[in-house]
Parts: sequence; C-alpha cells; structure tokens
Amino acid sequence: MLTALLLFFPLAAALLLHFVKGNAGRVFAFGAALLEFIVAVYAAVTFDASNVGQLEVNLPWIASAGISFHVGMDGLSLLLVLLTTFLAPLILLASFRHDYKNASAFYALVLFMETGLIGVFTSMDAFLFYFFWEVALIPIYFLAGIWGGERRVAVTFKFFLYTIIGSLFMLAGFVYLYYQTGPAANGLAAHTSDLQAFYDLSLTAAEQSWLFWLIFIAFAVKMPIFPFHTWQPDTYTESPAPATMLLSGIMLKMGIYGCLRWLLPITPLGVSQWGWLVMILAVIGIIYGAIIAIRQRDMKRLIAYSSLSHVGLMAAGVFSLTQMGLQGAVVQMLAHGVNVVGMFFIADIIQRRTNTRLIPELGGLTQTTPLLSVSFLVVLLATVALPLTSGFVGEFLLLAGVFQYNNWLGAVAGITIILGAVYLLRMFQRVMLGPATSFTAAFRDLNGAELAVLVPLIFMIFWIGLFPNTFLQMSEPSVIRILSLMQR
Amino acid sequence: MASIILLSVLGIANLFLGFLRSNRMLLPAAMVILLIVFGANLYDWNAPAQSYFNNMLTIDRFSVAFTGIVVLTTLLLLPFSQKYVRDNEANLAEYYSLLLFSLVGAIMMVSYDNMLMLFVGIEILSISMYVVAGSDKRNVRSNEASLKYFLMGSFATGILLFGIALVYGATGAFQLSEIGAAVTNPANDSLRPMLYIGILLMLIGIGFKVSAAPFHYWTPDVYEGTPTFFAAFMSTVVKTAGFAAFLKLLVQAFPAAQGFWIPTIVAMCALTLLIGNVGAVAQQSLKRMLAYSSISHAGYLLLGLVAFNGELSGLSANGIFFYSLAYSIATVAAFGVLKLVHDQRQREDYDGLNGLARTNPLLAFVMTIAMLSLAGIPLTGGFFGKFFLFGAAVDKGYIGLVVFAVIMSMVGIYYYLRPIIAMYMKPADDETEAPITVGSFQSAVLIILAVLTVVLGVLPGLVSGVL
Repeated sequence: MLTALLLFFPLAAALLLHFVKGNAGRVFAFGAALLEFIVAVYAAVTFDASNVGQLEVNLPWIASAGISFHVGMDGLSLLLVLLTTFLAPLILLASFRHDYKNASAFYALVLFMETGLIGVFTSMDAFLFYFFWEVALIPIYFLAGIWGGERRVAVTFKFFLYTIIGSLFMLAGFVYLYYQTGPAANGLAAHTSDLQAFYDLSLTAAEQSWLFWLIFIAFAVKMPIFPFHTWQPDTYTESPAPATMLLSGIMLKMGIYGCLRWLLPITPLGVSQWGWLVMILAVIGIIYGAIIAIRQRDMKRLIAYSSLSHVGLMAAGVFSLTQMGLQGAVVQMLAHGVNVVGMFFIADIIQRRTNTRLIPELGGLTQTTPLLSVSFLVVLLATVALPLTSGFVGEFLLLAGVFQYNNWLGAVAGITIILGAVYLLRMFQRVMLGPATSFTAAFRDLNGAELAVLVPLIFMIFWIGLFPNTFLQMSEPSVIRILSLMQR
Repeated sequence: MASIILLSVLGIANLFLGFLRSNRMLLPAAMVILLIVFGANLYDWNAPAQSYFNNMLTIDRFSVAFTGIVVLTTLLLLPFSQKYVRDNEANLAEYYSLLLFSLVGAIMMVSYDNMLMLFVGIEILSISMYVVAGSDKRNVRSNEASLKYFLMGSFATGILLFGIALVYGATGAFQLSEIGAAVTNPANDSLRPMLYIGILLMLIGIGFKVSAAPFHYWTPDVYEGTPTFFAAFMSTVVKTAGFAAFLKLLVQAFPAAQGFWIPTIVAMCALTLLIGNVGAVAQQSLKRMLAYSSISHAGYLLLGLVAFNGELSGLSANGIFFYSLAYSIATVAAFGVLKLVHDQRQREDYDGLNGLARTNPLLAFVMTIAMLSLAGIPLTGGFFGKFFLFGAAVDKGYIGLVVFAVIMSMVGIYYYLRPIIAMYMKPADDETEAPITVGSFQSAVLIILAVLTVVLGVLPGLVSGVL
C-alpha cells in the first residue's frame, strides 16, 4: 500500500490546496511534499534491493478489459521515486520567492505533477503507465503556459503537440501488444495489459522492428534525443523556473526510464536491429548540444543545451546494452536531476536579482557573494563531471559502456567532457568573475530560503560522488534483470 | 416502454403548462419529467427483454442503455436554457415539449425491431429538429439553418425510405430478424444487387443524420445558425440515437452482407475523420469548430461499426456506448459554456474566451475538462472512449484504419487546445473583461458534468462492459 500512498498523497494535497489560500498555501504545499519525501525515504530504508517487485498493489481497474491498477517498485523505480520526492519540495521552496499570481494553483499543479511522475515510475501495467505518462503532461502544460515568459503560448503549444503526438505512437504500440496477450490472470478478460504479460510475449523480429519505433518515439521526444529535441530549448527557456526544474530534473528521466522498463525488455530484437541508429543519434545529440551551448548568450538556454548534450550520453549508455552503461544511466539520472535543478535555480536567482539572463551583461559576482559563488562552482563542477562529484560516476560508467559498444563512438562521445568544461567554465568566468556591471553592482548574497534549497542539492552532489554504491546497489538487480530479459 | 409512454403523456402535459403563462414553471417541470423518465428507464434494466406492438419494438439492455444516454444528456442540457426562460420567449412550452417528443423518436431509434419503426423514430426526431433549428425566429441565420436542415433532411429521409423499400423488395420483410434470415437464404441470391443498393441507400440516410462524410455538408452551417442550446442537442442526442440505430440495423439485419457494407463504412470512416478534423483546424468560430468536431466524432464512432462482431454486446457495442456517453457529456459541457459566453459576450470565436480563467475559473475549468475529453487525453472519459473503440478495431485487424484515426486525433489535439489557450494564456481585452454571471444551478450542473467526465476517465470500469 506504500506505493499507492506515495502515489495519491500529493494528489490529495493538491486538491486540498484549493481550500488553503495565501501564505498558508505555500507552507501546506511544502509540508506535503516534505512528508511525501519522508515516506519515500522510509520505503527506501525498508526496501530489499535483491528482491524484485516489492511494495506491489494489484487491484482490478477495468476488469472487463483486463486492465489493472498494478503499481510496484524495484530498485530502479525506487531511485526515481526518491529523486522525484527529493526534488519536489526543493522546487516548491525555490518558487516561494516568486510572486506568482494565483500561487495556490501553481503549487497544486506541482503536486499534481508529482503524482503523475510517481505513477510513471511505479506502473506495472501498460495502460496505467500510459495514463500517468499523459497525466504528467497536463500540469506542466499549464505551469509553462500560464506562468511562463513572453512567448509562452506558442512554445508550450509546440511542446504539448510534440510530446502528445509521440505518446500516441506509444499508445498504438501498446494497443497492438495488448491484443497479442493471452487471457488475464483473473480470467475475466480475453487480454491483459500487465507488464509481465508484455515481457512474456514472443514477438517476431519483424513485429519488434516497427513496435520499437512506435514506442521509442514517445521516449525520444520526452528525453529529448536529437532530432526530436526542437521543443526543448524553447520550452526550458520560456517556462517559469520551477517548471523548468520539473521538466529537466525529473520529466526527461521519464524517457530514459521508459526505455529501460518498457522498450528494452519488450522489443529486444527491435533494439538489436535499430540500436546502432539510436547510438548515432545520441552521439550526434551530445556533440550538437554542446557546440550550440558554447554559442549561447542566455544562461537558461545554455543550460538547456547542456542538458540536451547530457541526456544524449544517458541514451547512448542505455543503448550500449552493457551493465556498465545501464548502471551509468541510472546513476546519471539521479546526478543530472540534482545538478540541473541546481543550475536552473542559480540561473533563476541571478535573473531575479538582476533582471537579466544574458551572460554578457553579467560579471563580477564573486566579489560580493561568497555563498553563491561557492554553490555555483560546486554545482557547475558536478555538471562538468569532476571526480568526487555526482556527475563523474555516471559519466565514467556511461562512457565505459559506450566504449564497450564501439570504440569510435565512445571516443566521440568522450569529447562531451571537454566541450562541457568549455561552455560551463566560460559561463562561470563571464558571469561570476571580472568587473561588475551595472546589472550586478548591487547584488546581494544568498538568503536563508535559497540556501535551504542549495544545501541539500550540494549534499546530494557529494553523496552521489563519494558513495555511489548506495545507489548502484539498489539498481543493480533491476539492471541485471532487464539485461537478462533481453537475452531471451 | 415506460419511458416512451411517460415522455409522450408528460410531453403533452408540459404543453398544457404553457397555458398557465408562468414560464418559470416550465424548466423545473421539464427536468422533473426527464428525471422520472430516467428512473423509469433504469427500472427496466434488470427486466427481461420485452417486445411490444407485434415485435416492432424491443426493450432490452441495449435500448435501455442508449435511452439512458439520451435522457441524461437532455437532462443535463436543459439548465442552459435558462436564458430562454428569462427572456420570456413566447412559445417556450412548445420547445420543451418538442424536445421531449423528439426523445420519443430517439428511443424508438434505439429499440426498433422493424424498419418502419426506425423510419418513424427518425422522422419524429428529425421534424422536431427542423423546428427547433429555426426557433430563433428573428435571426436570418437561424431561418436559413432551419430551411437548409429541413430540405436536406427531407432528401435524406426520402433516400432512407427508398433504401427500406428496396431492402423490402429484396427480402420481403421489414422485421430485422426476418431480413437477416432472408439475406442468408441462397434462394434470394438473384436479388442481391437490389439488396445492396437498398443497404447503400440506408447507409446514406442514417449517415446524413449522424453527419458522417460525405453527407456532412449541412452540419457546420446548421449548427452555426441553430441556437446554441439546440445545436448541443443535435450533436449529442441525434448522434447517439443514430449510431445505436446504425449498429442495430447492421448487427440484426445485415450481418450476412458484411462483405459489402464493411468496406463502405471503412471508407466513410476514413473520410469523416479526415474532413471533420482538418475542417475543424481551419475554423475561427468556436461553434463551427464544435460542429466539425462533431463530424470527426462520428468518424470515431464509425470505427465501432467497423469492429462489428455480430451482436449487441461485446467490444463494438460497448465501445459505441461508452464513447457516446463520454462524448455527449463533454459536448454538453462545451456547448453549455459556449452558450453562457455567447449570451453575455455575443461572441462565438476563440478570442471571446480570452481571460475566462481569470474572470470565471469554474467555466474555464469545465471547458478545459470538456476539451481534454474530446481530444482524448487521459483522466477524462474521452480517452477511454477512444481507447475502447480503437482497441475493438485493432482486435478485428483494422490496424491501418486505426493508425489513421490516431493521426487524426493528433490533429484534433491542435484545435481542442485553442480554447484552453484562449482561456488561460491570453489576457482579457475590453470586451471580455467583465465576468460572466452564471446561476448557481448552472454552476452545479457544470460541476456535475466535469465530475462525470473525470469519473468516466478514472473508473471507466463502471460502465465499460455493461451491455
């Protein structure tokens, strides 16, 4: 029942928020998200990673169609649930400084989003998964569309269309798979959409070949992988900071997670047939994102493109189909979630104080802001993947995995570390060092609330960097199981 | 059967209420009548199937279920006619009675066993519609709509009747079961061409009523001219009854001829989806968009006919039932909000909704749920409606057609998002700044509509397999 509790608690809180107005609303929302995190930690503490499929709830949902409300967690799910519940209160805290119109609705949407995300990470039924996959889209659409920047309408419209069209392909694939299954366990329906039933299907190579694309496109758009990425930089830039953090910190992991949980085990032959193409696209994305990031003048856009580059590496790791690559992807999902949220938060702080995000207009912040400078540097170095920080473990494993797949691709993908250092350090230099400008002259250092967001993030950066085994051990049985499912 | 009798008797009683010159009474009276009918109808749910009038009508689960949809839809729609009450329209009692009588026609269409009953049912429904389409007497467009609908509808009726006559000629029967037997009888093989032409003409006649392409041309113009309240009735009740009648006809009379009519329906389905969705994209008026959207939904419902499995239960019938219910509820909500906006802002375009989320959060929220449902986004009934119909068609192997339908629903998302963008993301201008006054009764009904849509979207199992 713990999983169901995790799933519905934020939703209930979001509904209750309707009745809590003003300042009490933010406290209520933050409290709910924090409580949710505590429950998730409790789940993690009591969790036995070696045992697959724990904390399961399996209730009939649409019994006549063999669709059940089947949620449960293995190590992989649990890590992403932890990431979601860890980041959600911080994202809420980060949004307190903003004076949003109708703030209660804003917080309610963030909590609603949390339910959708946890649903995606815990669903063990194809239609439940699809259901939450789309449900997670609705709040982010409104968050970006109502509270976003100047061009928000056009940008969110494009984002919504891209992602939902991608998802519809996935739905078509699922419907096809559903009709290939045998009777449901309860015997009421002729077919079932249970995850395990999908795993058990014996599909021909030809079927898997096109099913692969149907399902993959949905995930590719969400991640996003080159060339399905065109919505991403605009949406990241135009969305309000908390929505950007949700999108980049958690939502893009839906795509990677989907590949691990659904795509690889269900269409292994499709993966072996098309994996090379995805690898090439991913590596193109890595280089392409990095090169464009170098040219950016807008901090938020720069981080958006760097995120594109990083997610390419994660995808490459997944499709290397090695244990190292998959483990790297898992730990990098966590690390990237923490890093990118930190980056966007700092960009948001700078923008709020100076009213600009343009790098050339900034400079000289180190002189007055020791706390901000140190935090920024830590987060930035973690993103560059300096050893002992969170980014390093993931990138090392990922690159090792890609090298095992193909030396040349590994070598090209490795350039990302150099390019990453180039654009990130350049940004740090131009924003933080040098003489102060008219925008930055009266800059105040971090206040308590901002520190309250950054300190946990920095803590996590070092925890992942120093003790990655905490997390790697949790995901290892799941990863091994996914790979063994692919060997059938 | 009780529902038909009650509606006829109480409809006449309602007509006499008009003599009391107290228009305030009329709306509550009509709603009470519908509530009684809804209850009486539900009462028949567990009763064994019963035939009436020499087996011309059969009241079984199928007919009770679809009667339930049309009565419920009308019941939820009525509160939005309050403006008519306020404006003290002279012939108000007649309009309410016409709606009640037209429901009798709709019920006959979902429970007929004899093609004459089908014809009578369609005519009762249609003639009421011709009248209400022109009920805004002083409006030229309403007159035009009425005339257009009447002329084209009469042609369609004539074609339908001709089809019935040819089918009778080929099979010697009006009774559905007898036609079914005659079609399979090898002795009638020489009459096949006549039968096929008869079936084709019947498809055209009913296709017109449910606005399936290529017989949809009247829809946007008629919807635009017809008062919003009645347009909502047309796009929900008429379509639901039409599809139930369609399914009944194909399942009970022509299962043996499916090799002939299924390709025809497949072609109609693809064309309807294309015209409905692409047409809706081009519209600037919300009302016209809803008209084209109603065409497109006829296309999705046609998928249910394609997935035909020879019985009035199972995937296709249940799919059509669920879809009709979800579609009707969402459409009533959309038209309801549109009517409130139109009454007070005199605008039917998208920009008329600008800033609605600020001034009327409830209206905006209900409209959003309705649009998401029509677009088929999860958490709403529309998603499972599409899911069941697409699934039924995939099960029968029409993968290509379903892929096309999926692509068309992607197009649909484009135009269903536009009202949401207008309401939430565009600032109000001078004309749209003032809040719209919504009566507490209407608010309650809007909330019910939203809740029903979400309940269908979260717990579809409640009604998904009832037939």
